[in-house]
Amino acid sequence: MSSLSIPHLLGLQGVPKEDISLILDSTDSFLEILDRPIKKVPTLQGKTVVNLFFENSTRTRISFELAERRLSADVVNFAASSSSVKKGETLLDTARNIEAMKVDIVVMRHSAAGAGHFLSERCTSRFINAGDGAHEHPTQALLDMCTIRQKHGSLEGLNVCIIGDIGHSRVARSNIYGLITMGANVAVCGPPSMFPYDLEKLGVRVFTNIDEALQFSDVINVLRIQLERDAGADFPSLREYHNSFGITRERLDKLGREITVLHPGPINRGVEIESEVADGPYSVILPQVTNGVAIRMAVLYLIGTRAE
Amino acid sequence: MASYLFKNARILDPVSGLDTQSDLLVSEGTIEAIGDNLSAAGAEEFDFSGKTIVPGLCDMHVHFREPGFEHKEDTRSGAASAAAGGFTAVACMPNTDPPIDTASVVSYIYEKGRGLAVDVYPIAAITKERKGESLAPMVELREAGAVGFSDDGSPVFNTKVLRTALEYGSMFDVPIIQHAEDPHLFTGGAMNESLVSTELGLPPIPRLSEDAVVARDLMFTEYVNGRYHLAHMSTRGAAEAVRAAKAKGLKVTSEVAPHHFVLTDESVRGYDSNVKMNPPLRTADDVIAMKEALRDGVADAIATDHAPHAGFEKEVEFVYAPFGIIGLETAVGLSVTELLLEKWLTLPQLIEKLSTNPRRILRLPEIRLEAGQPANLTFLDMDAQWTVDVERFRSKSRNSPFHGRVLTGKPLGIFNNGQLVIDL
Repeated sequence: MSSLSIPHLLGLQGVPKEDISLILDSTDSFLEILDRPIKKVPTLQGKTVVNLFFENSTRTRISFELAERRLSADVVNFAASSSSVKKGETLLDTARNIEAMKVDIVVMRHSAAGAGHFLSERCTSRFINAGDGAHEHPTQALLDMCTIRQKHGSLEGLNVCIIGDIGHSRVARSNIYGLITMGANVAVCGPPSMFPYDLEKLGVRVFTNIDEALQFSDVINVLRIQLERDAGADFPSLREYHNSFGITRERLDKLGREITVLHPGPINRGVEIESEVADGPYSVILPQVTNGVAIRMAVLYLIGTRAE
Repeated sequence: MASYLFKNARILDPVSGLDTQSDLLVSEGTIEAIGDNLSAAGAEEFDFSGKTIVPGLCDMHVHFREPGFEHKEDTRSGAASAAAGGFTAVACMPNTDPPIDTASVVSYIYEKGRGLAVDVYPIAAITKERKGESLAPMVELREAGAVGFSDDGSPVFNTKVLRTALEYGSMFDVPIIQHAEDPHLFTGGAMNESLVSTELGLPPIPRLSEDAVVARDLMFTEYVNGRYHLAHMSTRGAAEAVRAAKAKGLKVTSEVAPHHFVLTDESVRGYDSNVKMNPPLRTADDVIAMKEALRDGVADAIATDHAPHAGFEKEVEFVYAPFGIIGLETAVGLSVTELLLEKWLTLPQLIEKLSTNPRRILRLPEIRLEAGQPANLTFLDMDAQWTVDVERFRSKSRNSPFHGRVLTGKPLGIFNNGQLVIDL
């Protein structure tokens, strides 16, 4: 089997198509393992993985931990406040301490963009980015692509629209980079006040009208509106957001055709997406979660067994 | 005091127009003679063939961190860094702890600088505690020796306070120095807003934050006939506003930091916190605008915004790292390499930006290279190629993005206050 050209998975920007294809193809065999009565293989036996989570995340951490355990890795969880800097110990100190304990792979979630780059240049462990600030969340985008591929067979030529707070979203960035590399036509939709500067230059179509965006799309990826983020700063109210950009049954019915609906979770029912859609026939939200474990197994396997 | 004879130097003084190949004799801290085939019994002699002597350089924007943050830099280490970089004078910004907002802190800065080869001048705060709310005792501060007023590190954003500061300050012959930034647009920002910030997912600082405040400030400057100096100008918009204000005859000056005419925000890819400063690195177009501004006299001075931080403070996640880089020991090399060799400025123009103009803006004594004048000199090797090595810096800090860069034009040292500091 071939191997990845990249030593770490810090993001999908600049990652070659061959690498993404290899991860997606490998995922299929791990999915098959997840259907077995005994969902465990000895692939990473003897390897140690630390889940270094500086930002709260239950789902992503559980998904990684399941993936690690199913590959028979030794797993350590480290949860720390991202403000550990202010408490005295720097990120670098924390990482060096953990590395001194002879860890092979570090899976890191951090509120600061670039935290993975920072550590990977200063430590010898392999790094997998589980989300860094508003920068990237590569395994989320990979599981999204895996889920889309299951449904549509291929990503090539597919019209995919990402809807919501693009500016603050690492999921959006990773999806944009990965999907474009894989040949999809990518669009974004949301209020312009939630778009980052020069967004078009990322190579995406930009919609500010949700119905036009839906017309364009074979697949939509509905981002979570972060309620904890000073709502009202970038848009007037959740009610207005829902009315203007929320994905409703009514809007989808108007299309008169099937459209695949993804959401990275957790869902704000009644805000960015209606329950009827989230739980409806077009939704692949739960398959996304299953694929998430398999994708992470594939990434851990490919990064963890890659020759130095 | 000793005598020093510098043989066969190029001696250049943009004020008098002097540009000659000659000997220069310093005795008792004074220029004794400039002429051919000088000799002096007992003088220490230096062969200065291929080397240049210019009026002592002045950096009108440094942070020496004293009092309060001496682990980053103090007056002594900062002055050593200045001397190594070819500067005989610096003006220290008041964002210390306590800030330079009382006469006693002004005196403290002078006391710390006493006896050093480098003249260390304090710039005092415009407002009490640099909070931007009520004026500091500017008359007292000026009388104690403040050479300018600035809340640098923070803007004077409140328009009423700005107006009052410009009006009240207009009774002095030194400027109100503005750190131009809109705090509402700036909040949490870490780098210039551009495609790069979009790709890196870093919180952006739009150029509007600087442009809008400069445009507004210049309206106030005109209205009250104030004296305004724009610190660390970094955007084309700000440069165009200053250009227009100068054309109208306003009492406006500005400075540019070397990193703003050398680097762009593309350098932030890789998240190295040594390219994090405020104002942030801007776009390639802004870099050109800074060079044009220097060439056209829109920018009067090159000032480093020398901002030391300890390694442990900088070596953290990009968004958590403090703003600022050190600049005293790379300013000459970067200016020669990027401005002189690229023909944006002639050597006399470059010396004006690094010596004559900043001294004029801060009303410091003019330096003349002629017999009988105090010897305030900078020694340069204009042709030397050298590689920046932060480990060799005299500063306490190492936070420079230019480590490993090959530069042409090397400062060799200074003579000032009767002291020779030289590293040939």
